[in-house]
Amino acid sequence: MITKRIIPCLDVRDGRVVKGVNFAGLNDVASPVELAGYYSSQGADELVFYDITASSDGRKIFTSILEKTASQVFIPLTVGGGISTLEDFERVLNCGADKVSVNSGAIRDPGLISRAAEKYGSQCVILSVDAKRVNGRFTVFAKGGREDTGMDAIEWIRQGVALGAGEIVLNSIDTDGVKHGFDLEMLKMAVEAVSVPVIASGGAGSMEDFKELFQKVPTVDAGLAASVFHFGEIRISELKTYLRKSGINVRIEEENNDD
Amino acid sequence: MIAIINYGVGNLFSIKRSLEYIGCDSVITDDGKVIRQADHIILPGVGAFGDAVLKLRATGLDATAKEQAARGVPLLGICVGMQMLFDESLEYGTHEGLHLIPGQVVRIEAGEGLKIPHIGWNALEILRPHPVFQGVGEGAHVYFVHSYHAACAAEDVIARTDYGIPITAAVARENVVGCQFHPEKSGNTGLRILKNFSQM
Repeated sequence: MITKRIIPCLDVRDGRVVKGVNFAGLNDVASPVELAGYYSSQGADELVFYDITASSDGRKIFTSILEKTASQVFIPLTVGGGISTLEDFERVLNCGADKVSVNSGAIRDPGLISRAAEKYGSQCVILSVDAKRVNGRFTVFAKGGREDTGMDAIEWIRQGVALGAGEIVLNSIDTDGVKHGFDLEMLKMAVEAVSVPVIASGGAGSMEDFKELFQKVPTVDAGLAASVFHFGEIRISELKTYLRKSGINVRIEEENNDD
Repeated sequence: MIAIINYGVGNLFSIKRSLEYIGCDSVITDDGKVIRQADHIILPGVGAFGDAVLKLRATGLDATAKEQAARGVPLLGICVGMQMLFDESLEYGTHEGLHLIPGQVVRIEAGEGLKIPHIGWNALEILRPHPVFQGVGEGAHVYFVHSYHAACAAEDVIARTDYGIPITAAVARENVVGCQFHPEKSGNTGLRILKNFSQM
Protein backbone atom coordinates (compact mmCIF):
# COMPACT_ATOMS: atom_id res chain seq x y z
CA MET A 1 0.00 0.00 0.00
CA ILE A 2 1.09 3.54 -0.68
CA THR A 3 3.39 4.93 2.01
CA LYS A 4 3.16 8.19 3.94
CA ARG A 5 5.84 10.56 2.68
CA ILE A 6 8.33 12.53 4.75
CA ILE A 7 9.51 15.64 2.95
CA PRO A 8 12.31 17.95 4.11
CA CYS A 9 12.24 21.48 2.77
CA LEU A 10 15.46 23.40 2.09
CA ASP A 11 15.34 27.18 2.04
CA VAL A 12 18.02 28.37 -0.37
CA ARG A 13 19.32 31.92 -0.57
CA ASP A 14 22.12 32.86 -2.97
CA GLY A 15 22.97 29.20 -3.43
CA ARG A 16 23.28 28.39 0.27
CA VAL A 17 20.91 26.66 2.68
CA VAL A 18 19.71 29.12 5.27
CA LYS A 19 20.97 28.25 8.76
CA GLY A 20 21.71 24.77 9.94
CA VAL A 21 23.77 22.60 12.21
CA ASN A 22 26.50 20.09 11.54
CA PHE A 23 25.56 16.53 10.80
CA ALA A 24 28.11 13.78 11.10
CA GLY A 25 29.52 13.01 7.68
CA LEU A 26 28.43 16.27 6.17
CA ASN A 27 31.26 18.62 5.31
CA ASP A 28 29.29 21.67 4.34
CA VAL A 29 25.92 21.98 6.04
CA ALA A 30 25.03 25.03 3.98
CA SER A 31 25.54 23.24 0.66
CA PRO A 32 22.13 22.35 -0.76
CA VAL A 33 23.68 19.60 -2.86
CA GLU A 34 25.32 17.91 0.13
CA LEU A 35 22.31 18.32 2.38
CA ALA A 36 19.97 16.95 -0.31
CA GLY A 37 22.19 13.88 -0.67
CA TYR A 38 22.26 13.45 3.09
CA TYR A 39 18.48 13.65 3.43
CA SER A 40 18.02 11.25 0.54
CA SER A 41 20.37 8.69 2.12
CA GLN A 42 18.41 9.06 5.37
CA GLY A 43 15.24 8.04 3.54
CA ALA A 44 13.58 11.34 2.61
CA ASP A 45 10.82 10.54 0.12
CA GLU A 46 11.01 13.79 -1.76
CA LEU A 47 12.82 17.11 -1.43
CA VAL A 48 11.52 20.64 -1.66
CA PHE A 49 13.91 23.40 -2.65
CA TYR A 50 12.53 26.77 -1.79
CA ASP A 51 14.26 29.67 -3.53
CA ILE A 52 14.22 32.73 -1.28
CA THR A 53 16.68 34.64 -3.42
CA ALA A 54 15.60 38.08 -4.46
CA SER A 55 18.21 38.92 -7.11
CA SER A 56 18.50 37.54 -10.65
CA ASP A 57 22.12 36.56 -9.96
CA GLY A 58 20.87 34.51 -7.03
CA ARG A 59 18.34 32.87 -9.39
CA LYS A 60 21.14 31.73 -11.69
CA ILE A 61 23.08 30.27 -8.78
CA PHE A 62 19.89 28.53 -7.62
CA THR A 63 19.32 26.80 -10.95
CA SER A 64 22.91 25.61 -11.16
CA ILE A 65 22.59 24.20 -7.62
CA LEU A 66 19.38 22.49 -8.67
CA GLU A 67 21.08 20.97 -11.68
CA LYS A 68 23.91 19.63 -9.55
CA THR A 69 21.49 18.16 -7.02
CA ALA A 70 19.42 16.50 -9.72
CA SER A 71 22.50 14.74 -11.03
CA GLN A 72 23.21 13.16 -7.64
CA VAL A 73 19.87 12.70 -5.91
CA PHE A 74 17.33 10.36 -7.44
CA ILE A 75 14.10 11.02 -5.61
CA PRO A 76 11.41 13.52 -6.69
CA LEU A 77 12.48 17.17 -6.45
CA THR A 78 10.02 20.00 -6.00
CA VAL A 79 10.95 23.62 -6.50
CA GLY A 80 9.11 26.63 -5.18
CA GLY A 81 9.71 30.31 -4.57
CA GLY A 82 9.00 33.14 -6.96
CA ILE A 83 7.21 31.05 -9.59
CA SER A 84 4.83 33.33 -11.50
CA THR A 85 5.06 32.41 -15.18
CA LEU A 86 5.35 29.40 -17.48
CA GLU A 87 8.91 30.54 -18.16
CA ASP A 88 9.65 30.05 -14.46
CA PHE A 89 8.30 26.50 -14.74
CA GLU A 90 10.43 25.86 -17.81
CA ARG A 91 13.55 27.23 -16.14
CA VAL A 92 13.40 24.95 -13.09
CA LEU A 93 12.09 21.89 -14.94
CA ASN A 94 15.00 22.12 -17.36
CA CYS A 95 17.37 22.02 -14.41
CA GLY A 96 15.94 18.80 -13.06
CA ALA A 97 12.89 19.68 -10.97
CA ASP A 98 10.06 17.15 -11.20
CA LYS A 99 7.36 19.30 -9.66
CA VAL A 100 6.90 23.01 -9.28
CA SER A 101 5.07 24.65 -6.43
CA VAL A 102 3.14 27.87 -6.93
CA ASN A 103 1.85 30.15 -4.18
CA SER A 104 1.59 33.94 -4.53
CA GLY A 105 2.04 33.64 -8.31
CA ALA A 106 -1.15 31.58 -8.54
CA ILE A 107 -3.06 33.95 -6.24
CA ARG A 108 -2.24 36.83 -8.61
CA ASP A 109 -2.95 34.72 -11.67
CA PRO A 110 -4.96 31.52 -11.04
CA GLY A 111 -4.77 30.76 -14.78
CA LEU A 112 -1.10 29.92 -14.22
CA ILE A 113 -2.23 26.65 -12.61
CA SER A 114 -4.29 25.59 -15.62
CA ARG A 115 -1.72 26.68 -18.19
CA ALA A 116 1.04 24.81 -16.36
CA ALA A 117 -1.12 21.71 -15.86
CA GLU A 118 -2.01 21.66 -19.54
CA LYS A 119 1.61 22.03 -20.62
CA TYR A 120 3.40 19.82 -18.09
CA GLY A 121 0.63 17.68 -16.60
CA SER A 122 -1.13 18.00 -13.25
CA GLN A 123 1.45 15.80 -11.53
CA CYS A 124 3.91 18.63 -12.06
CA VAL A 125 1.86 21.42 -10.48
CA ILE A 126 1.70 21.78 -6.70
CA LEU A 127 -0.43 24.47 -5.15
CA SER A 128 1.16 25.69 -1.95
CA VAL A 129 -1.12 27.60 0.39
CA ASP A 130 -0.24 29.60 3.51
CA ALA A 131 -3.36 29.88 5.66
CA LYS A 132 -4.27 31.38 9.00
CA ARG A 133 -7.34 31.61 11.24
CA VAL A 134 -8.99 35.00 10.83
CA ASN A 135 -12.40 35.62 12.44
CA GLY A 136 -13.22 31.94 12.75
CA ARG A 137 -12.24 30.82 9.25
CA PHE A 138 -9.09 29.93 7.38
CA THR A 139 -7.82 32.71 5.17
CA VAL A 140 -5.15 32.59 2.46
CA PHE A 141 -2.09 34.75 2.98
CA ALA A 142 0.19 35.83 0.14
CA LYS A 143 3.78 37.03 -0.05
CA GLY A 144 5.26 34.58 2.41
CA GLY A 145 2.44 35.00 4.90
CA ARG A 146 2.60 38.77 5.07
CA GLU A 147 -0.52 39.76 3.18
CA ASP A 148 -4.09 38.71 4.02
CA THR A 149 -5.90 38.09 0.72
CA GLY A 150 -9.28 37.58 2.42
CA MET A 151 -9.76 34.42 0.32
CA ASP A 152 -11.15 31.32 2.03
CA ALA A 153 -8.37 28.70 2.16
CA ILE A 154 -10.56 25.65 1.66
CA GLU A 155 -12.34 27.30 -1.29
CA TRP A 156 -8.98 28.26 -2.81
CA ILE A 157 -7.69 24.70 -2.51
CA ARG A 158 -10.84 23.41 -4.24
CA GLN A 159 -10.45 25.96 -6.99
CA GLY A 160 -6.77 25.12 -7.41
CA VAL A 161 -7.54 21.43 -7.86
CA ALA A 162 -10.32 22.26 -10.32
CA LEU A 163 -7.81 24.31 -12.30
CA GLY A 164 -5.41 21.37 -12.44
CA ALA A 165 -3.17 21.33 -9.35
CA GLY A 166 -2.03 17.75 -8.77
CA GLU A 167 -1.08 18.09 -5.11
CA ILE A 168 -1.62 20.58 -2.31
CA VAL A 169 0.88 21.76 0.28
CA LEU A 170 -1.05 23.32 3.13
CA ASN A 171 1.02 25.39 5.52
CA SER A 172 -0.61 26.65 8.69
CA ILE A 173 0.76 30.03 9.73
CA ASP A 174 -0.77 29.52 13.19
CA THR A 175 1.21 26.37 13.93
CA ASP A 176 4.30 27.17 11.85
CA GLY A 177 7.36 27.63 14.05
CA VAL A 178 5.44 26.79 17.24
CA LYS A 179 6.57 23.14 17.16
CA HIS A 180 3.50 21.83 18.94
CA GLY A 181 2.20 19.74 16.09
CA PHE A 182 0.51 20.15 12.72
CA ASP A 183 -2.76 22.03 12.29
CA LEU A 184 -5.00 18.96 12.37
CA GLU A 185 -8.24 20.93 12.26
CA MET A 186 -7.34 22.72 9.05
CA LEU A 187 -5.83 19.60 7.46
CA LYS A 188 -8.98 17.57 8.15
CA MET A 189 -11.02 20.15 6.27
CA ALA A 190 -8.55 20.13 3.38
CA VAL A 191 -8.43 16.35 2.86
CA GLU A 192 -12.23 16.28 2.85
CA ALA A 193 -12.41 19.09 0.31
CA VAL A 194 -10.16 17.65 -2.40
CA SER A 195 -9.29 14.25 -3.84
CA VAL A 196 -5.64 14.96 -4.69
CA PRO A 197 -2.77 14.35 -2.24
CA VAL A 198 -2.48 16.84 0.62
CA ILE A 199 0.92 17.54 2.17
CA ALA A 200 0.86 18.91 5.73
CA SER A 201 3.25 21.70 6.63
CA GLY A 202 3.87 23.83 9.68
CA GLY A 203 4.20 22.83 13.31
CA ALA A 204 6.29 19.66 13.42
CA GLY A 205 8.36 19.70 16.60
CA SER A 206 8.78 16.03 17.44
CA MET A 207 8.41 12.54 16.03
CA GLU A 208 5.11 12.26 17.95
CA ASP A 209 3.74 15.17 15.93
CA PHE A 210 4.19 13.17 12.72
CA LYS A 211 2.57 10.10 14.29
CA GLU A 212 -0.37 12.19 15.46
CA LEU A 213 -0.72 13.72 11.98
CA PHE A 214 -0.95 10.37 10.20
CA GLN A 215 -3.15 8.78 12.86
CA LYS A 216 -5.62 11.64 13.30
CA VAL A 217 -5.78 12.66 9.64
CA PRO A 218 -5.35 9.23 8.01
CA THR A 219 -5.93 10.48 4.47
CA VAL A 220 -3.19 13.10 4.57
CA ASP A 221 -0.37 11.95 2.30
CA ALA A 222 2.79 13.53 3.59
CA GLY A 223 4.38 15.64 6.28
CA LEU A 224 6.74 18.43 5.33
CA ALA A 225 9.14 20.21 7.66
CA ALA A 226 12.30 22.26 7.52
CA SER A 227 13.89 23.29 10.79
CA VAL A 228 13.40 20.09 12.82
CA PHE A 229 15.31 18.17 10.18
CA HIS A 230 17.74 20.92 9.48
CA PHE A 231 18.70 21.52 13.10
CA GLY A 232 19.08 17.79 13.65
CA GLU A 233 16.21 17.64 16.17
CA ILE A 234 14.68 14.81 14.17
CA ARG A 235 16.67 12.40 12.05
CA ILE A 236 14.61 11.16 9.12
CA SER A 237 15.86 7.58 9.45
CA GLU A 238 14.85 7.50 13.13
CA LEU A 239 11.51 9.12 12.38
CA LYS A 240 10.70 6.47 9.81
CA THR A 241 11.66 3.61 12.08
CA TYR A 242 9.52 5.17 14.81
CA LEU A 243 6.53 5.63 12.48
CA ARG A 244 6.79 2.09 11.18
CA LYS A 245 6.83 0.76 14.76
CA SER A 246 3.71 2.85 15.40
CA GLY A 247 1.94 1.03 12.57
CA ILE A 248 2.29 3.77 9.98
CA ASN A 249 3.32 2.60 6.53
CA VAL A 250 6.53 4.34 5.50
CA ARG A 251 9.36 3.54 3.12
CA ILE A 252 12.72 2.55 4.58
CA GLU A 253 15.46 3.21 2.01
CA GLU A 254 17.10 -0.01 0.86
CA GLU A 255 20.80 -0.49 0.66
CA ASN A 256 21.82 -2.13 -2.58
CA ASN A 257 23.06 -5.63 -2.19
CA ASP A 258 24.65 -7.99 -4.64
CA ASP A 259 23.06 -11.34 -3.93
CA MET B 1 25.36 2.88 -25.40
CA ILE B 2 21.75 3.30 -24.26
CA ALA B 3 19.50 5.34 -26.55
CA ILE B 4 16.80 7.35 -24.76
CA ILE B 5 14.16 8.02 -27.40
CA ASN B 6 13.31 11.71 -27.60
CA TYR B 7 9.96 12.40 -29.22
CA GLY B 8 9.24 15.70 -27.49
CA VAL B 9 7.44 14.44 -24.41
CA GLY B 10 8.62 15.17 -20.92
CA ASN B 11 11.89 15.76 -19.23
CA LEU B 12 14.47 13.16 -20.21
CA PHE B 13 17.38 14.62 -18.31
CA SER B 14 16.64 12.83 -15.05
CA ILE B 15 16.80 9.48 -16.86
CA LYS B 16 20.07 10.47 -18.50
CA ARG B 17 21.52 11.74 -15.21
CA SER B 18 20.61 8.58 -13.33
CA LEU B 19 22.30 6.49 -16.03
CA GLU B 20 25.38 8.71 -15.82
CA TYR B 21 25.41 8.27 -12.05
CA ILE B 22 25.57 4.47 -12.35
CA GLY B 23 28.24 4.69 -15.05
CA CYS B 24 26.16 3.92 -18.16
CA ASP B 25 26.72 5.80 -21.40
CA SER B 26 23.50 7.12 -22.83
CA VAL B 27 22.26 9.52 -25.44
CA ILE B 28 18.97 11.39 -25.75
CA THR B 29 18.14 11.10 -29.42
CA ASP B 30 15.49 11.37 -32.11
CA ASP B 31 17.80 9.94 -34.75
CA GLY B 32 16.77 6.50 -36.01
CA LYS B 33 20.36 5.72 -36.99
CA VAL B 34 21.60 6.32 -33.45
CA ILE B 35 18.79 4.20 -32.02
CA ARG B 36 19.63 1.36 -34.43
CA GLN B 37 23.24 1.42 -33.22
CA ALA B 38 22.35 1.41 -29.52
CA ASP B 39 22.62 -1.81 -27.58
CA HIS B 40 19.81 -0.80 -25.21
CA ILE B 41 16.78 1.42 -25.79
CA ILE B 42 14.69 3.34 -23.27
CA LEU B 43 11.23 4.55 -24.23
CA PRO B 44 10.22 7.25 -21.72
CA GLY B 45 6.87 8.97 -21.45
CA VAL B 46 4.78 11.29 -19.32
CA GLY B 47 1.39 12.91 -19.72
CA ALA B 48 -1.53 11.49 -21.64
CA PHE B 49 -1.14 8.28 -23.67
CA GLY B 50 -2.89 9.58 -26.80
CA ASP B 51 -0.73 12.65 -27.08
CA ALA B 52 2.46 10.68 -26.38
CA VAL B 53 1.78 7.96 -28.94
CA LEU B 54 0.83 10.51 -31.61
CA LYS B 55 4.09 12.35 -31.09
CA LEU B 56 6.08 9.11 -31.15
CA ARG B 57 4.39 8.04 -34.42
CA ALA B 58 5.02 11.45 -35.95
CA THR B 59 8.76 10.86 -35.54
CA GLY B 60 8.55 7.38 -37.05
CA LEU B 61 10.59 6.12 -34.11
CA ASP B 62 7.84 3.72 -33.03
CA ALA B 63 8.77 1.55 -36.02
CA THR B 64 12.48 1.83 -35.21
CA ALA B 65 11.88 0.76 -31.60
CA LYS B 66 9.77 -2.19 -32.74
CA GLU B 67 12.34 -3.33 -35.29
CA GLN B 68 15.13 -3.20 -32.76
CA ALA B 69 13.04 -5.01 -30.16
CA ALA B 70 12.35 -7.74 -32.74
CA ARG B 71 16.10 -8.05 -33.24
CA GLY B 72 16.50 -8.76 -29.54
CA VAL B 73 17.76 -5.37 -28.38
CA PRO B 74 16.66 -4.84 -24.74
CA LEU B 75 13.91 -2.21 -24.65
CA LEU B 76 12.70 -0.56 -21.42
CA GLY B 77 9.48 1.45 -21.38
CA ILE B 78 9.01 3.79 -18.41
CA CYS B 79 5.61 5.04 -17.17
CA VAL B 80 3.62 6.06 -20.28
CA GLY B 81 6.51 4.54 -22.27
CA MET B 82 5.68 1.23 -20.60
CA GLN B 83 1.99 1.68 -21.35
CA MET B 84 2.80 2.23 -25.04
CA LEU B 85 4.25 -1.29 -25.25
CA PHE B 86 0.69 -2.66 -25.15
CA ASP B 87 -1.97 -3.02 -27.84
CA GLU B 88 -4.09 -0.08 -26.80
CA SER B 89 -5.04 2.42 -24.09
CA LEU B 90 -8.46 3.61 -23.06
CA GLU B 91 -7.24 6.96 -21.72
CA TYR B 92 -9.52 9.66 -23.24
CA GLY B 93 -10.72 7.48 -26.11
CA THR B 94 -9.05 4.42 -27.58
CA HIS B 95 -5.46 4.76 -28.78
CA GLU B 96 -3.35 2.13 -30.45
CA GLY B 97 -0.04 1.18 -28.86
CA LEU B 98 3.02 -0.65 -30.18
CA HIS B 99 1.66 -4.22 -29.75
CA LEU B 100 4.92 -5.45 -28.23
CA ILE B 101 3.07 -7.00 -25.28
CA PRO B 102 -0.59 -8.05 -25.57
CA GLY B 103 -2.91 -6.12 -23.31
CA GLN B 104 -4.83 -2.97 -22.68
CA VAL B 105 -4.16 0.12 -20.56
CA VAL B 106 -7.15 0.90 -18.34
CA ARG B 107 -8.03 3.39 -15.63
CA ILE B 108 -7.16 2.36 -12.08
CA GLU B 109 -10.33 1.40 -10.21
CA ALA B 110 -8.84 2.03 -6.80
CA GLY B 111 -10.24 0.81 -3.54
CA GLU B 112 -12.61 3.01 -1.57
CA GLY B 113 -11.16 6.27 -0.30
CA LEU B 114 -8.03 5.95 -2.42
CA LYS B 115 -6.96 8.81 -4.60
CA ILE B 116 -6.39 8.88 -8.34
CA PRO B 117 -3.68 9.44 -9.54
CA HIS B 118 -1.70 6.89 -7.59
CA ILE B 119 1.18 9.15 -6.46
CA GLY B 120 4.00 8.18 -4.17
CA TRP B 121 6.16 5.31 -2.99
CA ASN B 122 4.65 1.86 -3.03
CA ALA B 123 6.07 -1.62 -2.42
CA LEU B 124 7.00 -3.99 -5.22
CA GLU B 125 5.63 -7.49 -5.04
CA ILE B 126 7.94 -9.42 -7.34
CA LEU B 127 5.93 -12.19 -8.97
CA ARG B 128 8.71 -13.89 -10.83
CA PRO B 129 12.47 -13.57 -10.92
CA HIS B 130 13.77 -11.36 -13.70
CA PRO B 131 17.24 -9.96 -14.40
CA VAL B 132 16.04 -6.37 -13.74
CA PHE B 133 15.20 -7.36 -10.16
CA GLN B 134 18.60 -8.87 -9.39
CA GLY B 135 19.52 -7.65 -5.88
CA VAL B 136 16.17 -5.89 -5.37
CA GLY B 137 14.53 -7.02 -2.15
CA GLU B 138 10.92 -8.12 -1.88
CA GLY B 139 8.84 -5.14 -0.74
CA ALA B 140 11.33 -2.55 -1.99
CA HIS B 141 9.60 0.77 -2.61
CA VAL B 142 9.48 2.61 -5.92
CA TYR B 143 7.93 5.90 -6.99
CA PHE B 144 4.68 5.93 -8.98
CA VAL B 145 2.70 8.73 -10.65
CA HIS B 146 -0.15 7.46 -12.83
CA SER B 147 -3.91 7.09 -13.24
CA TYR B 148 -3.92 4.21 -15.75
CA HIS B 149 -2.24 0.84 -15.67
CA ALA B 150 -1.89 -2.30 -17.79
CA ALA B 151 -4.43 -5.10 -17.84
CA CYS B 152 -2.56 -7.99 -19.41
CA ALA B 153 -1.83 -11.71 -19.16
CA ALA B 154 -0.43 -12.82 -15.80
CA GLU B 155 2.54 -14.43 -17.55
CA ASP B 156 3.80 -11.00 -18.68
CA VAL B 157 3.55 -9.35 -15.25
CA ILE B 158 6.80 -9.58 -13.29
CA ALA B 159 5.83 -7.28 -10.40
CA ARG B 160 2.74 -5.65 -9.02
CA THR B 161 1.90 -3.26 -6.23
CA ASP B 162 -1.11 -2.95 -3.96
CA TYR B 163 -3.36 0.08 -4.16
CA GLY B 164 -6.58 -1.39 -2.86
CA ILE B 165 -6.45 -3.45 -6.06
CA PRO B 166 -3.35 -5.04 -7.59
CA ILE B 167 -1.60 -2.58 -9.92
CA THR B 168 0.68 -3.77 -12.71
CA ALA B 169 4.09 -2.42 -11.67
CA ALA B 170 6.43 -4.11 -14.16
CA VAL B 171 6.05 -6.33 -17.21
CA ALA B 172 8.45 -8.32 -19.35
CA ARG B 173 8.27 -10.39 -22.50
CA GLU B 174 11.64 -11.66 -23.69
CA ASN B 175 13.85 -8.59 -24.22
CA VAL B 176 11.01 -6.07 -23.78
CA VAL B 177 10.57 -4.71 -20.24
CA GLY B 178 8.24 -2.05 -18.84
CA CYS B 179 8.11 -0.23 -15.51
CA GLN B 180 4.99 1.69 -14.54
CA PHE B 181 7.03 3.41 -11.80
CA HIS B 182 9.91 5.82 -12.36
CA PRO B 183 13.20 4.00 -11.68
CA GLU B 184 15.08 7.29 -12.19
CA LYS B 185 13.19 8.72 -9.18
CA SER B 186 13.15 5.63 -6.99
CA GLY B 187 16.35 6.03 -5.00
CA ASN B 188 18.77 3.10 -4.72
CA THR B 189 16.16 0.56 -5.78
CA GLY B 190 15.51 2.42 -9.02
CA LEU B 191 19.19 2.86 -9.79
CA ARG B 192 19.67 -0.85 -9.25
CA ILE B 193 16.88 -1.67 -11.70
CA LEU B 194 18.40 0.64 -14.33
CA LYS B 195 21.84 -0.89 -13.78
CA ASN B 196 20.35 -4.37 -14.15
CA PHE B 197 18.63 -3.34 -17.37
CA SER B 198 21.88 -1.98 -18.76
CA GLN B 199 23.42 -5.40 -18.19
CA MET B 200 20.64 -7.37 -19.94
